[in-house]
Amino acid sequence: MTAVDTRPAEPGPVDPDQPSASADALLARRSWKSPILFGVFAILLFILLVPFGRGGKAIFDFTSTSQKDAYQIPLLTLDSHLTEIITAIILVLMAAGSAYFAVKRRKMPLWYVIVFTVIVVFGFLVWTSADTGHNLTITSLLVGGLGLSAPLIFGGLGGVISERVGVTNVAIEAQLLFGAFLSAVAASLTQNLFVGIIAAMVAGVLVSFVLGAFSIKYAVNQVIVGIVLNVLVLGLTTFLYEQVLVGNASVLNAPPQLTVINIPLLSEIPIIGPLLFSQTIIVYIMYVAVAAVFIGLYRTRWGLRLRAVGEHPQAADTVGINVARTRFWNVALAGAVAGLGGAFYTIGSVGSFSQDMTNGAGYIALAAVILGRWDPVRVTLAALLFGFAENIGLAAGPMGSAVPNDFLLMLPYLVTIFAVAGVVGRVRGPAAAGRPYIKS
Amino acid sequence: MSGEIASSIPVADTGTDRAELALGETTPGDGEPGGSGSAASDRANGILREIFSGSVTLTVLSIVLALVAGGILMAATNSNVQAAAGYFLARPSDTLSAIWQSVSGGYVALFRGGVYNFEATNFATGMQSFLGGNGQAGSLGYATPLIAAGLGIAVGFRSGVFNIGGQGQVLVAAALAGYVSFAWNLPVGIHMIVAVLAALIGGAIWAGIVGLLKARTGAHEVIVTIMLNYIAFYLLDYFLHTPVLRAPGSQNPQTPAAQPSAILFPLLGNEYALDFGFILVIAATIYCWWLLSRSNLGFKFRAVGENPRAARVAGIRINRMYIYVMLISGVLLGLAGAYQALGNPSGVTGFGGSIDAGIGFSGITVALLGRSRPWGVFAAGILFGILQAGSYTIQADQQVDPNIVPVIQSVIVLFLAAPPLVRAIFHLPAPARREPKAKKPSATTPSVPTQKVADAK
Repeated sequence: MTAVDTRPAEPGPVDPDQPSASADALLARRSWKSPILFGVFAILLFILLVPFGRGGKAIFDFTSTSQKDAYQIPLLTLDSHLTEIITAIILVLMAAGSAYFAVKRRKMPLWYVIVFTVIVVFGFLVWTSADTGHNLTITSLLVGGLGLSAPLIFGGLGGVISERVGVTNVAIEAQLLFGAFLSAVAASLTQNLFVGIIAAMVAGVLVSFVLGAFSIKYAVNQVIVGIVLNVLVLGLTTFLYEQVLVGNASVLNAPPQLTVINIPLLSEIPIIGPLLFSQTIIVYIMYVAVAAVFIGLYRTRWGLRLRAVGEHPQAADTVGINVARTRFWNVALAGAVAGLGGAFYTIGSVGSFSQDMTNGAGYIALAAVILGRWDPVRVTLAALLFGFAENIGLAAGPMGSAVPNDFLLMLPYLVTIFAVAGVVGRVRGPAAAGRPYIKS
Repeated sequence: MSGEIASSIPVADTGTDRAELALGETTPGDGEPGGSGSAASDRANGILREIFSGSVTLTVLSIVLALVAGGILMAATNSNVQAAAGYFLARPSDTLSAIWQSVSGGYVALFRGGVYNFEATNFATGMQSFLGGNGQAGSLGYATPLIAAGLGIAVGFRSGVFNIGGQGQVLVAAALAGYVSFAWNLPVGIHMIVAVLAALIGGAIWAGIVGLLKARTGAHEVIVTIMLNYIAFYLLDYFLHTPVLRAPGSQNPQTPAAQPSAILFPLLGNEYALDFGFILVIAATIYCWWLLSRSNLGFKFRAVGENPRAARVAGIRINRMYIYVMLISGVLLGLAGAYQALGNPSGVTGFGGSIDAGIGFSGITVALLGRSRPWGVFAAGILFGILQAGSYTIQADQQVDPNIVPVIQSVIVLFLAAPPLVRAIFHLPAPARREPKAKKPSATTPSVPTQKVADAK
């Protein structure tokens, strides 16, 4: 009984696989969702690129604004029409390839999805920038995308930790926003960035304490606590911002900003250097956090216990793990991680706090958690997808894109719906997520 | 354990216990793998009794606690209090009186703005705080869309579906109603009806997409609704920048004013703003009551909400139910959108991209406070309307930011969700425990989603 659980008259073979702990086993059955999704994208892009293809030249500019690259990559000028046709053909072939995986009942490898996505984006960029007279500044496009992704990645990791331990975390938005608020205020008061970073984590933990207390001790529906916390923190930070910060902005809301740390040598590599190795400390912490959560979750005793509590709390309890305590402190940890993402909004980029500055990023992070199937690396990739898609939307408008700006900005959300409906579908989260465990 | 659900949001799995549904307080129910012994169900029954034994008391106490929290916020951010606190040890009475003045001043202002303005020259003008008029929407004016949205979300809750997409549904509905209201020329009376219908259809379509995707692909409704919120926002923004919705000759992304024939007409003469929308909302509340507690369809909804597997075994096509639930939920949110577009302030002036005014999310708190019961939602909507209307007076009189209101609202819901906490604060005795299985809750128990999470055994 797997994915077809709720469908009374579902035709087709009954899944022979017994449910196993691995999400991969679920995909072993023949699923046409991915080929259909790939096909839709391939056809859409084909229509866009071939009949509606735009001629002229697409110029790719790989230099970084700081001009510190050790080697300057020359401008890459492509003939738009030819590139568009080639891209469209590759996409159609790849869509056919995904059908092959389905026929063979083989799980589509992750790299395949990534390559497909990158080619779709590439084709779209060539099309949208063709003949506009603007160069496509790839490096700044990527840097901006990573900037938008960073808080999503932190929020997503917070979501992964929390949900893997069995507490649904809808309050990521609240953790991010409160982290942003408190880090700005604390850093502003002390003029110390380190304090700001710590304050962001404390803020996330505070939100987590409420989430944990209500959902673990009082067994309140976790989604409800999460939503209410989002409303509460939005109201509270806006109230305090208007009431206190606006009047005393120079004292309370003028934090210093984190400086960019250039890693010697690595930061001089073209494209990759400015993208990955010329960032603020928060981004470097992010790299470490992704790796740490990944290794910790699958390779350490902490991770094993955490997952056990999230999957089968009763079994964990039986072997002597304190379920409530494990949940509470890991939810707190999740809050600290998500809170760090909040710091990125204030001291990590613009400095001062402004009302509702996360603007729903927590909900996007939540979508990334589901899209990434509760796996830290996949969640990070999903968050990157959102960040880059959003940045393309933001950047393509000024570049003179043929598509109205609003539709470009819709892109990440449309992609999510396609992805959730197509690739992910009925996925299985941590079995006990969302359920309070009451020891009997 | 395997399962269908696409969710990071596996919602309270409560199995057959309807106990906690009221506020989503969950119990192990029968969902806990391998073990819901009688002890667990004792506990479930205990929690259940806790809720029913003192729900009115607890609601009142939760509101009191939230007002206290709001008072602390107001006092702490008040400049007089801060100044007096500077010499607290020298003259504590100054601080205390400053606190008293800021808090009582705030809540008196809230009362004047939300319930009855006793400073008005006569009774009729005083009632404009509640009924609207003289440029104010009035408590009932703010309550109208909140009730409609709360009902829509409550219907979803009762059926195990989390409709977080109120914002998108309200936006689409308002856009369609707005378009019909100024672009079409129809006779008086019919015009208004057609405009409202357009909104209802818009809401139903936007929500129906979610139901369809959930039923067909298993995509989790929380994610899809959130994404559709953004898509609706940008879609409306696009049309507000094109002549389709933008007022002619204007550069602002704002619609033209609705034709007078499409505006919801005032009920109590021109002195009060209260309009026909309120009648529609009362009708919607009656409909929801009938739907959920009297109709065949509503019975199926609740069955799916409480235990989808049992519902399926009983022959209910639950995927089809998800679509119906979302359609009805969308219609109700569409009603909220219709009011936003055709109600008094925005109908007269036209509207921009923020026409939803956060109603989609406020509706969730309204539904929770109303415990997903239609008349509970109605009462909760009016309470929230009063707070909303009062928040502007607090701002004008006391220079307190109106965002204090969402804080108070969310604190109410938080406390209400955790009866043991409220009881501990007030040192109330825990309700007496009877023997397990003494009594089952009544069938009209309200509920939040109890969607069955993946627990095929």
